[in-house]
Amino acid sequence: MGLRIPIIIPVSKPSKGSAGKTGLWRVERPVINEDKCIKCWLCWLYCPEDVISEGKNGFPQIDLTFCKGCGVCADVCPVGAIKMVKEEREDEHRR
Amino acid sequence: MTLTIHDLRKRSGSYLSGSAGCPGCGATLAFRIASRVLGPDTVYIVPACCFSVIQAPYPKSAISAPLYNIAFAAAAATASGVYRAYRILGKDINVVAWAGDGGTVDIGIQALSGAAERGENIIYVCYDNEAYMNTGIQRSGATPLKAWTKTTPMGKRKMPKDMPMIVAAHRVPYVATASVGYPFDLASKFDKAKEIEGFKYIHIFSPCPPGWNSPVSKTAEIGKLAVDTYFWPLYEVKNGKLRITVKPRKRPLKEFLDLQDRFRGLSDKEVALLEEIVMEKWNFLLHLEKSERIF
Repeated sequence: MGLRIPIIIPVSKPSKGSAGKTGLWRVERPVINEDKCIKCWLCWLYCPEDVISEGKNGFPQIDLTFCKGCGVCADVCPVGAIKMVKEEREDEHRR
Repeated sequence: MTLTIHDLRKRSGSYLSGSAGCPGCGATLAFRIASRVLGPDTVYIVPACCFSVIQAPYPKSAISAPLYNIAFAAAAATASGVYRAYRILGKDINVVAWAGDGGTVDIGIQALSGAAERGENIIYVCYDNEAYMNTGIQRSGATPLKAWTKTTPMGKRKMPKDMPMIVAAHRVPYVATASVGYPFDLASKFDKAKEIEGFKYIHIFSPCPPGWNSPVSKTAEIGKLAVDTYFWPLYEVKNGKLRITVKPRKRPLKEFLDLQDRFRGLSDKEVALLEEIVMEKWNFLLHLEKSERIF
């Protein structure tokens, strides 16, 4: 008959940023004070979004492309080295 | 074996950043830690629940491990089938059913009960956010007494099901409760479950900021307070023997309730009633811990 129905299997491929750049959801941005940081890695452990990794200088580094700004890291930090700062994105408001 | 933070950091997890989960989600936090313990040779079976949203829309997936989406009632049945297929192929793979509380306590209970009774070699994980959060905060069988949801605007009037004990009564080799506020305890329970042959059940207390109207930054703190106020006792039932794994010093239940707006407006009498229920359960668990076998 020559009629061929294409079979499409809905398989999703693993990828970072599957819901887009989730950093755009952020209202507050975490900022690490490296003078206070004791490298206990509790922020890494409790981060629900898995955006904290070890930076080049050995301190925690936050991937702000995907960080949703929940502030769990600032809440669990035992020495208060992480502060939540209000996000200011003027250019993105204009889009 | 107790896992340290360095052990966990060395392992690779199956969660990729930038998923569709809400900020401060307890389920993704639990999954991150669990997937690091379970390792790459793991297949996840996810019924309809928040996690089928978190794992993100087609054609991308936030989970780097094989994951199979399945109908609401069928998580444990599918996991049984997947495990048996791998057994025939001679592969040693962890098969994990990762379900929400609706898919475990209400809709999925018959498949779960069947798999537990047959003794399938799977790990069934319930991440418990205590309502149907995915569809818009409707009450479930796991919603606690007096908690606000959209279908219980005056607070729930019934007690939740004691799901870990229901599964333990199936005489399965391993049943445990965990909380995202105690991640090392959670990790060690997954580590134990991975080694045990037979049906394993882990019930994770997983705070939900949008559903519980709690501050997004307090996910870990609420998970910890739930244990410290004895609202969510951490225990395990291994071959019928119960052991309380974390015995913190008691803190007043009001500290836990005040962080969540779903318990807003409770009178002192109602708080006292909840406190009484919590203490009753804790004392019951202490009593059970003394006996040689509970099931």
